[in-house]
Amino acid sequence: MTSPTRTTARIGDPLNRVDGVAKVTGQARYAAEHPVEGLLYGWVVSSGITKGRIVRIHDEGARALPEVVEVMTHTNRPQLPPFDHSYTDAVSVPGSPFRALYDEKALFNGQPIAVVIAGTLETARYAASLIDVEYESESHNTDFAVALTSQFVPNDKRSTFEPPQSRGDAHAAYDAAPLKVAADFHVPAYYHNPMEMHASTVVWEGNGRITVYDKTQGPQNVQAYLAAVFGFSPEHVRVKNPYVGGAFGSGLRPQYQVYLATLAAKMLERSVRVVLTRQQMFSHVHRPETVQTVALATDTSGRLQAIINDAATSTSRFEDYMETVCDWGLMNYACENASAKYTIARVDTYTSGDMRAPGAATGMTLFELAVDEMAYAASVDPLQFRLINYSDKNAMDGTPFTSKALREACAQGAEKFGWSRRTPAPRSMRDGRELVGWGVATGIWDALFEKTSAHAKLLPNGDLEVATAASDIGTGTYTVMAQVAADTLGLPIEKVTATLGDSALPKSTVEGGSKLAASAGAAVQHVCRGVAEKLLVAADQLEGQPLGGARMEDVTFAQGRIALKSDATRSISFGDAMSAAGLDTIEVEDSPAWHSGGSSQTRKSRNTHNAIFAEVKVDEELCVVRVTRIVIAVAAGRIINPKTARSQILGGVVMGIGMALHEETATDHRLGRVMNHNFAEYHIPAHADIQDIEVIFVDEPDPEVTPLGVKGVGEIGIVGTAAAVVNAIYHATGKRVHSLPVTIDKLLV
Amino acid sequence: MNRFSYVRAAGVAEAVREGSARQVRFLAGGTNLVDLMKENVERPQRLVDINRLPLHKIDDLEGGGLRLGALVTNADTAYDPRVERRYPLLASAILAGASPQLRNAATNGGNLNQRTRCYYFYDPATACNKRQPGSGCGAIGGVNRIHAILGASDQCIATHPSDMCVALAALDAQVRVTGPDADRVIAFSEYHRLPGDQPWRDNDLRPGELVTAIDLPAEDFSSHYTYLKLRDRLSYAFALVSVAVAMRLDGERITEVRVALGGVAHKPWRSPVAESGLAGEKASQANFLAAAHVLTEGAVGQGGNDFKIELARRAIVRALKQAANGTPQSQTDKRVF
Ligand SMILES: Cc1cc2nc3c(=O)[nH]c(=O)nc-3n(C[C@H](O)[C@H](O)[C@H](O)COP(=O)(O)OP(=O)(O)OC[C@H]3O[C@@H](n4cnc5c(N)ncnc54)[C@H](O)[C@@H]3O)c2cc1C
Ligand code: SF4
Repeated sequence: MTSPTRTTARIGDPLNRVDGVAKVTGQARYAAEHPVEGLLYGWVVSSGITKGRIVRIHDEGARALPEVVEVMTHTNRPQLPPFDHSYTDAVSVPGSPFRALYDEKALFNGQPIAVVIAGTLETARYAASLIDVEYESESHNTDFAVALTSQFVPNDKRSTFEPPQSRGDAHAAYDAAPLKVAADFHVPAYYHNPMEMHASTVVWEGNGRITVYDKTQGPQNVQAYLAAVFGFSPEHVRVKNPYVGGAFGSGLRPQYQVYLATLAAKMLERSVRVVLTRQQMFSHVHRPETVQTVALATDTSGRLQAIINDAATSTSRFEDYMETVCDWGLMNYACENASAKYTIARVDTYTSGDMRAPGAATGMTLFELAVDEMAYAASVDPLQFRLINYSDKNAMDGTPFTSKALREACAQGAEKFGWSRRTPAPRSMRDGRELVGWGVATGIWDALFEKTSAHAKLLPNGDLEVATAASDIGTGTYTVMAQVAADTLGLPIEKVTATLGDSALPKSTVEGGSKLAASAGAAVQHVCRGVAEKLLVAADQLEGQPLGGARMEDVTFAQGRIALKSDATRSISFGDAMSAAGLDTIEVEDSPAWHSGGSSQTRKSRNTHNAIFAEVKVDEELCVVRVTRIVIAVAAGRIINPKTARSQILGGVVMGIGMALHEETATDHRLGRVMNHNFAEYHIPAHADIQDIEVIFVDEPDPEVTPLGVKGVGEIGIVGTAAAVVNAIYHATGKRVHSLPVTIDKLLV
Repeated sequence: MNRFSYVRAAGVAEAVREGSARQVRFLAGGTNLVDLMKENVERPQRLVDINRLPLHKIDDLEGGGLRLGALVTNADTAYDPRVERRYPLLASAILAGASPQLRNAATNGGNLNQRTRCYYFYDPATACNKRQPGSGCGAIGGVNRIHAILGASDQCIATHPSDMCVALAALDAQVRVTGPDADRVIAFSEYHRLPGDQPWRDNDLRPGELVTAIDLPAEDFSSHYTYLKLRDRLSYAFALVSVAVAMRLDGERITEVRVALGGVAHKPWRSPVAESGLAGEKASQANFLAAAHVLTEGAVGQGGNDFKIELARRAIVRALKQAANGTPQSQTDKRVF
């Protein structure tokens, strides 16, 4: 154990996870693991067709089993509200949110069309296999290439979405420039498959009250949604998600399993659990399929003259999911002429949605593939190319960044990787039979902040509790909250208990967009400062005023004591201060004031950046690709906990390697059905696919970006990673692959 | 999963008796059968657990061979010192498959009898002649990246997914079977079958028959062999194409060679013409390439798997080189030698 213990925990310490032991010993309970007396189990029956009408559901066989309590379908479900607005949530997108079992319509393959409810999971599952459904099919389309013929820009856009801003005259500049490249790039849909499947346990408390254990990234979002859909008063719905087995965006919106479990609980006035199968995860949220046309042009010295960056992403028939795909390239590179167009196109699937660095993981990655091609066309080293065209400000809208240490990231990453020893010509580096390729890419992501509330409670013995309705989706939020609290009041980490994952706690934002450490961290620091101030006031009640009426700036809080900075021998314990003031506890609940404009009045861009270097070795004849080395240098402001932060970057990099080489949804468009809907065939990297990954955090002090100077690290690790790998494959083999993943067949030709 | 009854067979005779009824399945490691039951692909009325049968040993055979009990796990087989030393080709092929956890549970008999990984076979919402005779073949004209290029029929283009079996085919193993009628010994090349117009039949076993052991002949090819497996990630994926080579050399000349392909057909694929063509020839790139063409003669792609034809040829050439050079493919170092 490298963790310092029993000493004051500080921001910046590489502390072990405070919930690590609970997790590895199985004491941490996930949504489907909370014991409930008299629980019923719901098994979801999924549509076998893609589009059409359910004519009849033959459930006689299922109902004949004595332990089956109910088969819930659109024909017998409890009443539901008629209008879309009841089904929207804090992060929903324009359109008509999906309502399971609402009517006889089938909208996508694998759609939930019935729930068998029984006293045991096994019975429910068996009974579900006895159900026969008669359909009337209509023609459908799940082929994005076909859908693109009717791509469009929706009038009503997602509230967080702003269209990309063009500048200059990119098309004219492109035509006039001496050197240019253009290509169409493609990524498949990626289905959300966190380790923990989507699951909900709805506890029927009676008197119109429910408690819901849900796999979600926002318990208060689910609370409001369930109240609106099912007619509960919000204070009668309590949603808990103390532990979440990964989410990556899949749990931002309330998902259909929590809706179905609640519907069933309401119908039967019983507690009900619904857990999706791995197969059913493939009829669920996914990163949209994306095509991107990138055209770049430079002068003869490699200076960008034109950027054209058009993209289209897939959405469902019933909602318009949009994400920021085109902006990243336009923000990151200095170039006077840039244009971008972003459209969406409909396929008969569930609505696509946010997945780790939505829009950037795809849009910036594909852009970085084009940048590599441009660098080669201009005969400039690809790293040098990025420096030649470096922009100190946000090149899309001209605003300055609160900080941008991408130059340092490039330098430190290159140094560690040994980039200077690279020979530029493709196929010029070898190791025995294998071709060696070195590739580089850069990435950019948002540094977001949202106002969050927290509660802190201090006991005289120095035990401190902090709480907020945020979620730890496996990222280390518990640890980081405890660490910020411990740092603020000068306590060892063991003295702090962080409580999260409960809608009854002070208001927090959904856990997404890498904003939680900054947002909830600031809230925790703020209320702990409040506690400190009250402690100091209490200390003044002590006879003889040993601190002499000192103010906050005159004292330190450490080891459970308040001490004078000027004379550390003059100190008093928290307990003595509190008893002097007659206090059993000190409690503060509040949210920090923070103007998103920062201290200055002008608008600024807030972003994280990275530079990624990849080494691949490719068997020349058999085209087997091995990613032997990754160095990623990240500029993400202040790092609260280098250990948990590193884990986030590692996870992002692994996911990026999966994008580059493995992950792909294989749909049979005749059926409209995902065919590789299990982990034997839907490939993500195995251990053997991952070798050395080195993470560097570049020093980037930024007091302006958020109150703690924190930018967030949950997503930046995936942005651009696949591009570094695919660029390395080009350097090794001389082959450009424009459609991910780069599987053996694409290199054989 | 359907409801089923369960019986634990105490002896081979009881297992065979129980196993002769309709809609019965033998349960060994369960790593394939239980999965398929959860997907409602297999819906046995009765499971006969054979794990207590006395088929857990590896025995030396008179004349130098080895008898692998049907219930010895894949891991115990691969790490048995006799197998490691004398049949490194078999050990290597086993270790190229699945994951350590699966190999610890999976048995030799189960490995032989595992079912195809065809996406449609696994998904009862789709058509599949193997799962539901007469319903059609979803993979033809569908998603067929992992499907057969050799020996397929217009009713089924599935592959046999095993790695172990590819090595057993190259070693000319024999499958020992007991059943309601009589004990039989089946040559490995006759054990699995091509789909033809009866794609629901994977192999030659008759109802109630139980695999008791696999016999390895004395000739072990421990000097010149390799198992080369190409797949969509470096571990824990089924073969797109795999090649088992067993070779004997006299100086630069090949005296005997066996080449079996995995991932390309409904059974491990061998070509007597290609093998005899190489016998007596020099171990050279040109000869290997010629053999690769003979082995893949008549190969047809289905769209998604067209690339396998070229990949198979290149893999055959490389595997023959590895075997000839005495540099077999490592299953831990993922670099291809
Ligand atoms: C995720 C995953 C990845 C895998 N990857 C690979 C891979 O890369 N390469 C590879 O080769 N394999 C792979 N496998 C398959 C694995 O090797 C098989 O599941 C295993 O060998 C089956 O053995 P078992 O004992 O568990 O059989 P079971 O599941 O118990 O049985 C399988 C079938 O064989 C029958 N059977 C079992 N024993 C006998 C017997 N003695 N006589 C007659 N019939 C019998 C059963 O009735 C059943 O029909 C993978 C499996 C999984 C789940
Ligand atoms: S290839 Fe064979 S197993 Fe696959 S769908 Fe066709 S018939 Fe079924």
